[in-house]
Amino acid sequence: MADQQTFAVDAMPLMTALYSGALRMTRNPADAEDLVQETYLKAYRAYDRFEAGTNLKAWMFRILTNTFINTYRKKQRRPAESEFDADDIYLYHRLGGEQGAALSRSAEDELLDLFGEAEVKEAVEDLAEHYRLPVLLADVEGFSYKEIAEILDVPIGTVMSRLHRGRKQLQKRLYEFAKARRLVPDPPVALAAVADALNTESSAPSLPEADHEL
Amino acid sequence: MSSDTEQPCDPNSGPCRDALQNLFVYIDGQLTMERRLVIKEHIDRCSHCFERFSFELELRQVVAQSCRDTVPESLKMRIAEAIGCDLDSELPPCCEQESPDSRS
Ligand SMILES: [Zn+2]
Repeated sequence: MADQQTFAVDAMPLMTALYSGALRMTRNPADAEDLVQETYLKAYRAYDRFEAGTNLKAWMFRILTNTFINTYRKKQRRPAESEFDADDIYLYHRLGGEQGAALSRSAEDELLDLFGEAEVKEAVEDLAEHYRLPVLLADVEGFSYKEIAEILDVPIGTVMSRLHRGRKQLQKRLYEFAKARRLVPDPPVALAAVADALNTESSAPSLPEADHEL
Repeated sequence: MSSDTEQPCDPNSGPCRDALQNLFVYIDGQLTMERRLVIKEHIDRCSHCFERFSFELELRQVVAQSCRDTVPESLKMRIAEAIGCDLDSELPPCCEQESPDSRS
């Protein structure tokens, strides 16, 4: 029973990460609890197949993700997906970086106050699933591209392009929150540009696929 | 073209463009050491790019910090019981360690 003991000791501390991830995926506390419990049971039963010396957290996130995709996803409403192409530092520009329009030059120092925790969570949860999972795994859990590729079972280039677009979508959503709360002025020109970008339904062809040096 | 803080910054060409194109990958820590150093050297000298990189880094931290939820006690208990874990030997609540994996 040594293995089972090891599993409990190593896996229990991962629960906060797994539960938080499950909440973002299912967007529903009851489903998140079920998903996490199922993940632990599956991992516990399969623990003899876990490769010693590899990353247990990545292994458990793979189980979590697969379980989510195979079971819980079917229940999910699909949010309207609008492709959105903007520059990489979209939010920075919108919040007035460089022009000094909306916020002071040290806008980054005020970000924490600008967005409430609940808004950030909602912005992440609003992402289409193929963006949400990579963004969660990279930006919240800090997995490498390679680990994410293994967890999601997609090529590294796909991970990178989804991360790229997902982050821009996230920034757009955060900007909408800031605007709704009148934290930033809404310059008609900038808004028109956003509307254009949304209407174009661009498929954003020039994404950094695998041609980045890693 | 060498850049320093005195020069106007053009995001569409030269070292600023190079830096911005690698912004995400840089922050992800996934550039080669050599590439990383080139970018690092630029943002240390270019205040425009420095601001942009700082903003993205801060945003990343805000996202990571915001997306943490407290595990319900009842769930913790159910799972502990199911995997035969003795909760009395109190475990740290969320230490994200790489698993040391003492099996061998
Ligand atoms: Zn620059």
